Amino acid sequence: MTAELGHFALLLALAVALAQAVLPSWGAQTGRARWVALARPLAAVSFGLVSAAFAALLACFVQVDTSVAYVAAHASHELPLGYRITASWGGHEGSLLLWVWILAAWGALVAARSAGLPAAFAARVQAVLGAVAAGFLAFIAFTSNPFERLLPAPADGRDLNPLLQDPGMAAHPPLLYLGYVGFAVGFAFAVAALLEDAPDARWTRWARPWVLAAWSALTGGILLGSFWAYYELGWGGFWFWDAVENAAFMPWLLGTALIHSLAVAEKRPGFLRWSLLLALLAFSLSLLGTFLVRSGVVSSVHAFASDPSRGLFILVLLGLAVGGSLTLFAWRGQRAPAAEGYALGSRESLLLLNNLLLATATATVLLGTLYPLAAEVIGGTKLSVGAPYFDTVFPPLMLPLVALLVVGPLARWRVAALQRIKPLLPLALAALAGAAALAFTLQGSLWMAAGIATGLWALGGTLTLAWRQRAAWRHGLPLWLAHAGIGVFVLGVTLVRSLEQSHDLLLAPGEQAVVAGRVLRFERLEAAPGPNYQAARATLSWQVGAMPLRLTPEKRVYGRRQVAMTEAAIARGPWRDVYASLGDADADGRWALRVQVKPFMAWIWAGGLLMAAGGLWGALAHRRRPRALPATAATPSPLTAPTLSTP
Amino acid sequence: MTPRLATLVPLLTAAALVALLARGLLQHDAQAEATSPLIGQPAPVLDLERLDGEAAPLQGEVWVLNVFASWCAPCRAELPVLGQLASEGRVRVVGLDYRDTPELGLAFLKRHGNPYALTWRDPEGRGSLAWGVTGVPETFVIDRRGVVRLRHTGPVTPQDLRQRLLPLIERLKRA
Repeated sequence: MTAELGHFALLLALAVALAQAVLPSWGAQTGRARWVALARPLAAVSFGLVSAAFAALLACFVQVDTSVAYVAAHASHELPLGYRITASWGGHEGSLLLWVWILAAWGALVAARSAGLPAAFAARVQAVLGAVAAGFLAFIAFTSNPFERLLPAPADGRDLNPLLQDPGMAAHPPLLYLGYVGFAVGFAFAVAALLEDAPDARWTRWARPWVLAAWSALTGGILLGSFWAYYELGWGGFWFWDAVENAAFMPWLLGTALIHSLAVAEKRPGFLRWSLLLALLAFSLSLLGTFLVRSGVVSSVHAFASDPSRGLFILVLLGLAVGGSLTLFAWRGQRAPAAEGYALGSRESLLLLNNLLLATATATVLLGTLYPLAAEVIGGTKLSVGAPYFDTVFPPLMLPLVALLVVGPLARWRVAALQRIKPLLPLALAALAGAAALAFTLQGSLWMAAGIATGLWALGGTLTLAWRQRAAWRHGLPLWLAHAGIGVFVLGVTLVRSLEQSHDLLLAPGEQAVVAGRVLRFERLEAAPGPNYQAARATLSWQVGAMPLRLTPEKRVYGRRQVAMTEAAIARGPWRDVYASLGDADADGRWALRVQVKPFMAWIWAGGLLMAAGGLWGALAHRRRPRALPATAATPSPLTAPTLSTP
Repeated sequence: MTPRLATLVPLLTAAALVALLARGLLQHDAQAEATSPLIGQPAPVLDLERLDGEAAPLQGEVWVLNVFASWCAPCRAELPVLGQLASEGRVRVVGLDYRDTPELGLAFLKRHGNPYALTWRDPEGRGSLAWGVTGVPETFVIDRRGVVRLRHTGPVTPQDLRQRLLPLIERLKRA
């Protein structure tokens, strides 16, 4: 019964989304105020209906209603309650419903906060969001219905993939989708701006907080996924340049470019056309990511069970959204002013360079991700592009960008005034000298020296900037957090990649070995039963200082699916992580152990968190500001011209 | 370039991309058997260092060569299927660790399960060159007389296993 209610709510939501896509925009086109006024209530109703459908699915999971095929495939009575809830987005159908639910939530939020926008513009924004939602609701209803019955019902379900039975993995999809789907808002603003009779540059200011919020969520989502891979996959890597990771990374890169170009577009019309394009492409790449994950067209470890008919449906949606919006852009984009010249060294020119580097990086990742497909289609050969390609092409693009992020905020508008950089010269020299000394003493590579120098420069430069402008901290904080986060992140990645050590050992309980100059002892091995798995748990101690570090890696076998999993033990610290994973036992009762020492691993997460926090603060601060000003009816008053920008 | 043309560029690029994706999607099912000049020819000799397993002569038996690398994500996904191939087809699967370091290669096998009876190291890609490998993963089936009978590019899916590899191996074993 619950499932049928959910299905019904889903179909109603589809009807409402179609109405939301058609009526308000028709009203805006023909000047019918009553139809225009429908936009915001429809967004709220749409959100309510999708919420009802999603709640019904959650209820089916909590009860483990195995007569619902999707529940039977992803849950079991053994599964703890928390994971029953998160299992609802553990497969294709449910995660798609989560996708649409988040889209509806963004739409309702935009509706709630768009009282100050011109009514026709707000209506067009809602219409675009409604159209996207209608496409995906139709996709769910026609190809991926999570409420389909399975009769006769099996006695118990197949249980959730053990890899997904983890808090990090439970939170990863919602956060990631919050970001992915959030770019739909920027997309809708851009499309609405293109649909307006007279081009209006103010859309860039209205869209900024939404783009910042989406970017922040995407940063958090990618970070969480990477964090999960690090501790759950059991081999200590955190980024694999897998097609699905790239699918999330591309919108992030382009979204970063968009944030920076929106920061200037209102004041520098030369950035307008480019901003429109970036907003359209950032969401297009989100859709491309959705397609890649769910069609199985590119091989990946993350992919959902692939089904060509689903792939085709998303491809049609992708084609409509991208084709429609870019046709609109080709047709009306030229109304936006053409590019203008900027003095070399002015802040505009540096932001342009930032955009150029980020767009190039996006194209590079896109090429590496789709090249295997192109080779297969055109030449009939299958090949895979792996980490070696990305490791070669990516750092040379990113390091100049990171170096620029200190210079950009110091540069002046319009004029080529790099004198302000002069006080930072000692810092630059110190960063270079420090990096050279470190790389030399540790016998690292040139890349290591370059990475450390850039990281120190970004971190030091941003801290200097923050100190100098501390009076305006409210305004500057988002930028400082995000830029300092990048510095910390670059330092972390460089140091981990160049200094990490890995030891493969074969030890019986009671034996010991030397790891990174210290004694590692295999204390004991014991059985450790869990709620739905059996585990062997090893206790290791690593002698550092007076108190030895204790590590307890496990090997688990999950009951229903009989899947063996490695549960790594990680001793975290600000300067290094010690990462231990337990392999198999050999015939003599000795166990394969892998112990890795990863210096500065925590800095990678800290850097990512700082970036996400910066984005979030920026979005919230932005939101507050126009409210503080007396709001005039139709047009929000312009921002008090800020002396600093907060990209 | 006139402005109108410039604004058309993103649309045209996107159209080409969508066409590529559509083509890839439709082609995906009808996975054409990769052709290779090696088919019907004697298998090239692998004069390489051993990474793992026992170097036993493979003459007189049907065997499978699989090219992999620790940096290749689809190879990781393919490993359980290869294990199934070895047990259900009762054949030896020989691994060729392409452009990899021995540490990473060994750790990869230890971490994800090792389906290979024997694994060669191919750090410079010499062995792969002799076999005409264009990318990882790639799989070859070699018959009793040491003749290459099949080349499969891309990961072996459970479907490929049931529909192509296992039937062929059965046939070659009976021949």
